[in-house]
Order: sequence, then structure tokens, then C-alpha cells
Amino acid sequence: MSFMYDEPGPRGRRNIRIASALSFVALAGLVALALWQFGSHGQLDPAIWAPFTSWPIWQYLLVGLMGTLQVAAIVAVLGSILGVFLALGRNGRNRPVRWLCTAYIEIARTVPVLLLIYLMLFGLPQLGINVPVIWKLTIPLVFSNSAVFAEIFRAGIKSLPKGQSEAALSLGMSGTLTMFLVVLPQAIRNVAPSLLSQFVSLLKDTTLGYIVAFTELLYRGQLLTSYLHDLIPTYIVITLIYLVVSGSLTALASRLQKRPRRKVAPLSGPGMNPVAEQPVVAAR
Amino acid sequence: MIISQESLQLLLNGLGTTILIALTAGVGSIVVGTLVTAARVSPIPILRRAAFAYAQFFINVPLLALLILAVFALPAAGIILPLVPTVIIVLTVYEAAYVAEALRSGVNTVAKGEVEAARALGLSMVQSLRYVIVPQSFRSVVQPIGNVMIALAMNTALAAVVGVLELTSRVNSVNLVHAQPILFYTSAGLVYMAIALVIGVTTGVVERKVAIVR
Repeated sequence: MSFMYDEPGPRGRRNIRIASALSFVALAGLVALALWQFGSHGQLDPAIWAPFTSWPIWQYLLVGLMGTLQVAAIVAVLGSILGVFLALGRNGRNRPVRWLCTAYIEIARTVPVLLLIYLMLFGLPQLGINVPVIWKLTIPLVFSNSAVFAEIFRAGIKSLPKGQSEAALSLGMSGTLTMFLVVLPQAIRNVAPSLLSQFVSLLKDTTLGYIVAFTELLYRGQLLTSYLHDLIPTYIVITLIYLVVSGSLTALASRLQKRPRRKVAPLSGPGMNPVAEQPVVAAR
Repeated sequence: MIISQESLQLLLNGLGTTILIALTAGVGSIVVGTLVTAARVSPIPILRRAAFAYAQFFINVPLLALLILAVFALPAAGIILPLVPTVIIVLTVYEAAYVAEALRSGVNTVAKGEVEAARALGLSMVQSLRYVIVPQSFRSVVQPIGNVMIALAMNTALAAVVGVLELTSRVNSVNLVHAQPILFYTSAGLVYMAIALVIGVTTGVVERKVAIVR
């Protein structure tokens, strides 16, 4: 952001130094306050943090993390496949199909996933419809994430210069072949950062397993608190695990963002935002 | 299909709570997000790093984990607030990170030449922010921020998990009485869609108002 101001002069440097010192004091004060608050209630006592130095506890949590990654993988795969077809349908020439895909996307993006999960948990069993617990979590997640994936793919297809598909068509490729061999591969490469940040967001959504009692990290954390009775250390550790796992994905996304594009037709159209707010239901 | 008077009252109360949480957290997150962005582009290195860390933290941590931490765990550290304010605060700081990201991408869209021109005209840092950078970046981020607000409105449903009696949890309890899942959940879905639509239309209007005609 350095282009926003000139190289500071002596007075500017002095002001920056003073402001830095003040900010440092303020931030350090906040941290100290938090630590004092925790400490005065015995939350910094090594004894309550001790369980997290033992392997069995970590093993217990890592099983939960496996569940989290399993659901995230299922949702990512099914959601992207469905998303591709929704994107093609919404961009297609067939009017009823286009209308249907548009309606699906707009609905799925603006209904909270929790509502769908409650429908799966409490609503459908009243009608005698019951599915295994993992699907109570994944079906709502796929439903909402596929719509977001569809919009990302559509942005990618739109960002590709027309010449690409025109060239393929003029070589005698069929429309389908052009789409799957020429347009989609490049479109997906162009929106890779957005796809990754959407993956982070669906990884975060898997915490809803807490509600359906599916063995994922947050649910395991809750079970652990009923055994250890120390809520603060447990939930802080859980939060940090999520931070590490999705943080590495986010870092990868921004690396891809900065990477010079090779072997891809240049982007046209608006730039993709690497971190778009895509929580449970997102609109772009 | 007749729904009892009191059930309807419960649902409307729930909707009121949902809208209250969404509105306060929405305004709050725009304010906090703007402050974070200001720190992010300031000439003070420590503030820049702190703002970056703030945004990264909340973008990579699940909202539900934060809500559970704040509502069930923090009281053990003597941090006790009423339920709804707690949820509003958590939602505010969480969504503020996304607002900050959207705003930062807006600041990045302001052409370098604009800032250089402002400086060449002798505008001070504050003036070039006030007259050149901020107006342009706000205009280019109306749509992304509208999307963050829609997401925020959907995320208010998670408050049901920590015991806030908002729309989703009310629908759930009313459905357990009336046993009409399809009707109730579909109606609730439509209400959420209407909320998103209102935010979307508002965003569109604001965007047309402030659009830069080049």
C-alpha cells in the first residue's frame, strides 16, 4: 500500500514512530488485560491445559478432524460436480433448464444451512424420511455449496476471452467438447483462488456436525468438554486447529492469486476476489 | 391448515430477533471493518500487521466455534454478558473481517495514478483519503459488502445453536407442536430469501446512486 503516501520526511518518520509506540502500548495493553482476566479466573493454570500435552487427547481430536476433512471432501467433490452442471445450465440456451438452474442457485444461496439441517433432523423424520447421520450434514451442505460453486464457475467461464471457444469451434470441435476440453479447464484455473476460499468456507461449515452429532472436530470438542470440564482450553485448542488447517488453505489461495498465469488465456472481465464472504450461504 | 395464535406470535418474535441481530451486527461490522481497513493501509507497520492478523484469524475460524466459545466457555473466565448481545458482538467482529477484505480489494482497485495525482496536487494524506481514495473504493465495494451482509443475515441462524430464540429455532419448536415440516421450513426459507432480497435490492439502489459514470 506504500503508493498511498510519499516516503515520509523526518517529521513524518517521527510521527510514525510515536504512533507505532502508542499502538504497541495499546495492543500490548489489550493482550495483558485478556491474560489478566483469564489468569484471575484460573484459566492460565497449567493443570487445566495439561491434557493437551497428552497423546490420547490429541488422538481423540484428530479422529474428529478426520471426520471434518471427510465431510469437507465429500461436499467439495459433489458440490463442484453439481456446480459445474448448474453453471452450464444457467449459461445454456435451453430456457426451462436455464430458469430452473437460476432458481435453484438463487434459492440455495439465500437459505441458511442450519434451517435445512433442522429440516433433515426434525422435519423429515415426522414424514417418515430418515437418512444416515452423515447425510443429514452433507446433503444440506452440498445443496448450498453447489450454488456457490456454480457462480464461481460462471465467473470463470465469463472471464475467458471469447476467442478461445471460437477457435475451438472453428477447428470443428462440438460445443460439449469445447466446453469440457477448452473452456472449463482454463476457467477453473482462473478461479482457483476463489474455489480454494470456498473450500475453506465449506470446511468451516462442517462444524454444523455439532448439531447432528456427527463425529467431526467441533462435536468431538464438545464431547471432550463433558469429560474434562474445562471449556476454555478445549474450545481454544479446537479453534486453533481450525485456524491452522484452513489458514494453510487460505495461504495457498493467496499464493495462487499472486502466481503469474502461464498457459492460460489472459483474463478479461472483473478480477476475482480471493476471499469472498462465503459462509453457510453466500452470495457473490 | 390453521396455525395457533400463540405459535404465530412466537414466529414473529423470532423474526424480530433475527432482524435485530442482523441489523446491529451489520452496522457494527461495517464500522469495525472500516477501522480494520484503515489500519491495514496506514503507514504504521504494527497496525498493518495487527489488521492483517485480525482478518486472517476470523476468515479461517468457524463462526459456530466462536459462538460456542463466547457463550459457553468465556463465562468461566468471568466474561459474562446477556445472550443476545454476546451473539451480536461475535457476529460483528466475525463479519468485520470479511467487510475489511472486501474494502481492501476496493482500495486496491483505486488506480495508482489517482493517488499520485492527488499527491501531485498537494493534497495531504488525510485529504487524499477523504476526497480521492475512500469515495472511489467505497463505490466499487457496494456489491461485495452487500454480499457480506446477506451472508451475515444467513449466519444469524447459527445463534439458534447457542440458545437464542430467533426465527430458525422458533420454526423448529413450532414445527414440533404442529408437525407440518414442509410448510414451516419452506415458509422460513422464503422469509430468509426475502431478507436476502431486501439486502440485494438495497445494495443495487445504493450502487446506482454512487456509481461512477466514466
